[in-house]
Amino acid sequence: MSTTPYTSASHDTPALELRGVCKRFGKTEIIRGVDLAVRAGERVAVIGPNGAGKSTLFNLISGRFAPTSGEILLGGRRIDGKKPFEINRMGLARSFQITNIFPKLSVFENLRCGVLWSLGYRYTLFKFLADLDDANERTEDLLERIGLTKKRDTLAMNLTYAEQRALEIGITIAGGAQVILLDEPTAGMSKSETRRFIELIREVTEGKTLLTVEHDMGVVFGLADRIAVVVYGEVIAFDTPEAVKANPRVQEAYLGSVLAEQQAAEAAH
Amino acid sequence: MSKAYDQFTPYNVGRWVVWTLFALVLLVAPKLFTSNLSISMLAQMGIAIIACLSYNLLLGQGGMLSFGHAVYSGLGSYVAIHALLMVGQGTLAVPVSLLPMVGGLAGLFFAMLFGYVTTKKAGTPFAMITLGVGELVFALSLMFSDFFGGEAGITANRVVGEPVFGITYGPAVQVYYLIAVYTFVCVAAMFAFTRTPLGRILNAVRDNPERVEFIGYNTQVVRYLAFMISGFFAGIAGGLAAIQFEIVTAEVVGPLRSGAYLLFTFLGGATFFFGPIIGGVLMVLALVLLSELTKAWLLYLGLVFMFMVMYAPGGIASLIMMNLRVAAFGRLRELWVSYLALGGTGLVALLGAGGIIEMIYHLQLNAAIGPQVQYLGATLDTGSAQSWFGSAFVMLTGIGLFEVARRRFREHWSDIQVDIEKEIKRREMA
Repeated sequence: MSTTPYTSASHDTPALELRGVCKRFGKTEIIRGVDLAVRAGERVAVIGPNGAGKSTLFNLISGRFAPTSGEILLGGRRIDGKKPFEINRMGLARSFQITNIFPKLSVFENLRCGVLWSLGYRYTLFKFLADLDDANERTEDLLERIGLTKKRDTLAMNLTYAEQRALEIGITIAGGAQVILLDEPTAGMSKSETRRFIELIREVTEGKTLLTVEHDMGVVFGLADRIAVVVYGEVIAFDTPEAVKANPRVQEAYLGSVLAEQQAAEAAH
Repeated sequence: MSKAYDQFTPYNVGRWVVWTLFALVLLVAPKLFTSNLSISMLAQMGIAIIACLSYNLLLGQGGMLSFGHAVYSGLGSYVAIHALLMVGQGTLAVPVSLLPMVGGLAGLFFAMLFGYVTTKKAGTPFAMITLGVGELVFALSLMFSDFFGGEAGITANRVVGEPVFGITYGPAVQVYYLIAVYTFVCVAAMFAFTRTPLGRILNAVRDNPERVEFIGYNTQVVRYLAFMISGFFAGIAGGLAAIQFEIVTAEVVGPLRSGAYLLFTFLGGATFFFGPIIGGVLMVLALVLLSELTKAWLLYLGLVFMFMVMYAPGGIASLIMMNLRVAAFGRLRELWVSYLALGGTGLVALLGAGGIIEMIYHLQLNAAIGPQVQYLGATLDTGSAQSWFGSAFVMLTGIGLFEVARRRFREHWSDIQVDIEKEIKRREMA
């Protein structure tokens, strides 16, 4: 087995790898044997119809659920069955489809909470937050990068929806994880907001491995190096945007209808 | 430059003023209120402040609703009083001044023991388990009379050992100052805790435990650590109580005490650090003074609690902070007529309701000694319709007028809030 936990990830080791991953809830099989290998630094978009299992896939990778069978490897190390916080400490962070922030903490505090563990402030009791120069500087820097410096001391619950989505991304990247999972980061945003937001995502995940679920096909084809198409719990295609677009199986199962819909919507405008 | 990161930095002048004032209040309080009763009450307030603040580490800081906090303060009391007995017998060499620390360590130990189970869960299961542990310990206290002293409790004499600097803890005021020192140190330590990484992550666990799991922290560990710290301070409060009263009875671990911590922490305000300080003061006022004033004190307390939960769930602390905000924008002066109206009509309603409540209690408890009830200098007669109708009339008038005043006030208040929001937006733009 190539899963010795302490070997450092070489060039050939995928940043994230799924091998025959299955997930059953009761008798319903949601994920039916997914194999996927994402290279380090690659941007992968996961697309597919509603209920195809995209979010479940993210939940399996990030440790919210354990897979029923199969292996998940992060930089060559097994992570399936581990707890979310263990997986996070190993360098994988995720965002959520439904905004998942700390509503009664300020924007600054939200981000700082995301920073602390990675700088070694674990369950630290005998240090003042105000004295943690490294954590505070990193937090200010994050604020700047997600464009919320002006909202620094606002309680997260009082932000606008788009600002909360930005904060969600901010918390996700705060710990400096190398593999980032973004679950529908632009859900509920207008088209123009989405475009701007994708730029933000592109900037803040520069040099990192990114997996994202995204519905706007224009955005997907612009952002992703490769696209994984999930239909009924299976990856039916995993290739470059052009190849995926041309793939007849994808056309039939998913893209045909989606593209037609979007073209119709654009024509109507 | 790093000092600019927090709103209140350690060398902030405002903070020095607040803490100096707090120390001064602790210092001069017994000079202003010199009777035995007031010194005893002041001492109890110090204890209650520590206990309520330790409770709020769970409730307000960590979002953990505990129904069994008295277990930790109470067991702290018991261990401390046994230690005091041993000091008296010469089998333990600990100065009385350090006995509260023994209580604290006991609180920490039992929190470590029970908390391991309790903090595995959050939310409602957590609350249920604390309730169970509370009942368990209370039941045990009646079974193991060697340790818990049965009905009579455990008594000890605090004037033992060699006096240090002539402090014998004979006079009540010496005990007060011991408690005052502990109060100051514990309040400062618990405040400091809210400024540490663990303290902040505890807030994050309160707000959104699920998310915390995805930023590297094990929420169970966070809750467990907070629970132990809370138990430690509760134990200190218990140890101080053992020295103050020189007697510990089973009720200190009982559900009523746990309920009181919850109730008064909430009344004081769980959302602000200083809320439980107000709560602790109120707790002693209610338990000592109000209970002397009327037999129906628990009922009044229940009413206050009910109205607080309904209309001001942030407790007194949040009422203060909201009004300070209004004052900061120079709008508080417009409200004083409204407050006067609210206060006046509320008092009238309370006057009427109080008459009825006192008469009912009289009928239930003291009917044998005649129908007369002394009520605020007037005499009510439970046998006459006049007294009943009179009280009801006063109460209903009060309620009606209060409702009118309340609606006016609410409109005015929300107008002011809207203005303030606008002003904030305007300043943000500028």
